[in-house]
Amino acid sequence: MTDNAPKGEARPVISATASKGRTGAYRRLPMPARYAINAILVLVFLVVGELMIDGGAISRYQSTVLEQVGIYIILAVSLNIATGYLGQLPLGHAGFMSVGGYGCAIFIVRMMETLGVTARDFVTGSPVCGLLFVGGLLVGGLCAAVCGLIIGIPALRLKGDYLAIITLAFSEIIRVVMLNIDSVLGFKLTGGAAGLTGIPGYTSFLNVFVVVAVVCFLIHTMMKSRHGRAILAIRDNEIAAEATGVNTTYYKTLAFVVSAFFAGVAGGLYAGCIGVLQPAVFGFMKSIEILVMVVLGGMGSMLGSVISATFLTILPEALRAFSEYRMIVYAVVLILVMIFRPQGLLGSYDFSLSRVIERVLNHDFPWGKGGTGKGSAPDAADHEPSETTDAEEVSADAGR
Amino acid sequence: MAMLSVQDLHVSYGAIKAVRGISFEINEGEIVTLIGANGAGKSTTLNTVAGLLKPESGTIEFDGASIAGVQAHKVVQRGLALCPEGRRVFTQMSVAENLEMGGYTRSDAENRETLERVYDHFPRLKERRGQVAGTLSGGEQQMLAMGRALMSRPRLLMLDEPSMGLAPILVEEIFSIIKQLNESGTTVLLVEQNANMALSIADRAYVLETGTIKKTGTGAELLVDDDVRKAYLGG
Repeated sequence: MTDNAPKGEARPVISATASKGRTGAYRRLPMPARYAINAILVLVFLVVGELMIDGGAISRYQSTVLEQVGIYIILAVSLNIATGYLGQLPLGHAGFMSVGGYGCAIFIVRMMETLGVTARDFVTGSPVCGLLFVGGLLVGGLCAAVCGLIIGIPALRLKGDYLAIITLAFSEIIRVVMLNIDSVLGFKLTGGAAGLTGIPGYTSFLNVFVVVAVVCFLIHTMMKSRHGRAILAIRDNEIAAEATGVNTTYYKTLAFVVSAFFAGVAGGLYAGCIGVLQPAVFGFMKSIEILVMVVLGGMGSMLGSVISATFLTILPEALRAFSEYRMIVYAVVLILVMIFRPQGLLGSYDFSLSRVIERVLNHDFPWGKGGTGKGSAPDAADHEPSETTDAEEVSADAGR
Repeated sequence: MAMLSVQDLHVSYGAIKAVRGISFEINEGEIVTLIGANGAGKSTTLNTVAGLLKPESGTIEFDGASIAGVQAHKVVQRGLALCPEGRRVFTQMSVAENLEMGGYTRSDAENRETLERVYDHFPRLKERRGQVAGTLSGGEQQMLAMGRALMSRPRLLMLDEPSMGLAPILVEEIFSIIKQLNESGTTVLLVEQNANMALSIADRAYVLETGTIKKTGTGAELLVDDDVRKAYLGG
């Protein structure tokens, strides 16, 4: 409908309104408004999801799939810190996930015993359970972060394939330790090959959703801060970053540890979602699966990670009717994307609702842009510089 | 007292000795250049002073304090900035973001002020401030790399091969900017293969050959020196 509009006639009208709005600089939304818009968007998603589950539009099975979607979103978004933003290639994300999962599950199970809480309480949702849930995720995340630190300091001296191999080996070590630690040292900790059972079902659509939102928000703000900028600079050129005063060792380790922390949180959610933890689940294929999500979505794009994690989690479930063939479809999809979009679905682009609203306010559309000719994309590549806000805007644009 | 004083510096890459006992000094306000052929150890010397490489032995003193073996990101804080060889701009960031990275060790208020000064020296960067650095021309990237180094407000600016791969007209422009920067109070240590240009703006120069200093003198002296002419200036 827009294509056929006679441009000669439409122009004067648009440019008249646009130039009125454009007397000064490009109009921008203030930061509180941006946060408000995003908060409302998140709330709308949450309420719609909850209503659909309560109303029965989403079955029990489907809501479990949604929980897994959320868990994979956290995994992909956290791995994206190390691969997309820092530019390294770690292959041990499943290892951090399993450490977090075991850490969280063991903490919660043990605390239940001491506090006398039963699994049923998690269904009714007493306040103690809420505390246990949050505490468990933090414990899981911290366990994974400590492992990330231990492995990160030596591993980050290496680059590329060497880092991949060392992290891969690390996650295998974790898996083997989880498998054998009980029988070798006589603990009653992980349950060995039979798995850790009796984990209460503390994971629900609601709390997965909240954790996903919090994790995405934290990572987003971190990447927009000067710390995030330092990490991006290291990816772009490590020597130049060091020469401009960035402590590259510190920031590489930090990015790695934060990435591991959130993987651990995802592991904690996973434990509550499945109810059983078995070391075999956290094999090397799991790490690859997560990496595929990041690469498919586009390295360095948070929305890309979110979309591809959603897509790649739902796809195999949706294809269950085709039983064995579904993995072929899965593989074909991956191959096609890599051939036609080697930079990933979104490349390094990140969506910003407030930017879209700003465009509408400024009558600045990708088709027949309104007005003065210049300035279709108010990206980092082309923003109208208004003297005082220049520096702030630049830093606000960094995380995209 | 010299601003930067390097004594008997040795640097190796594994078993290969790149710098064998170099000593030189730079006084405040000077332009000093290290010239020499490929592999003479010029860049190695500069990178070691900047902290990117660790010296095997020898002393490096800046303002009387030893900076030998101090990590690069801490050297920057002391007022020494390196503009590395091959420019190494942050290709995926915009020009303004690159410059902001350059002021990483400084406060936002200081950066706003320095930014104006950098734009005064490099008006071209101001025009292109929103452009992604990877899409700039070679000359513009060199200007950006220099501007980024200046953002840390260095007292000593170290430039590694600023003329590399640039058209002659741009080389002249870059060198006139270096001269301008020096006149506005920045001490400059310049490493160059383009000996002719380097000597013509330098107060003093050191000629390096296979990791040692072969000759030293003022820029004007070395420009007419027979050995230097034969080896580096084409007769």
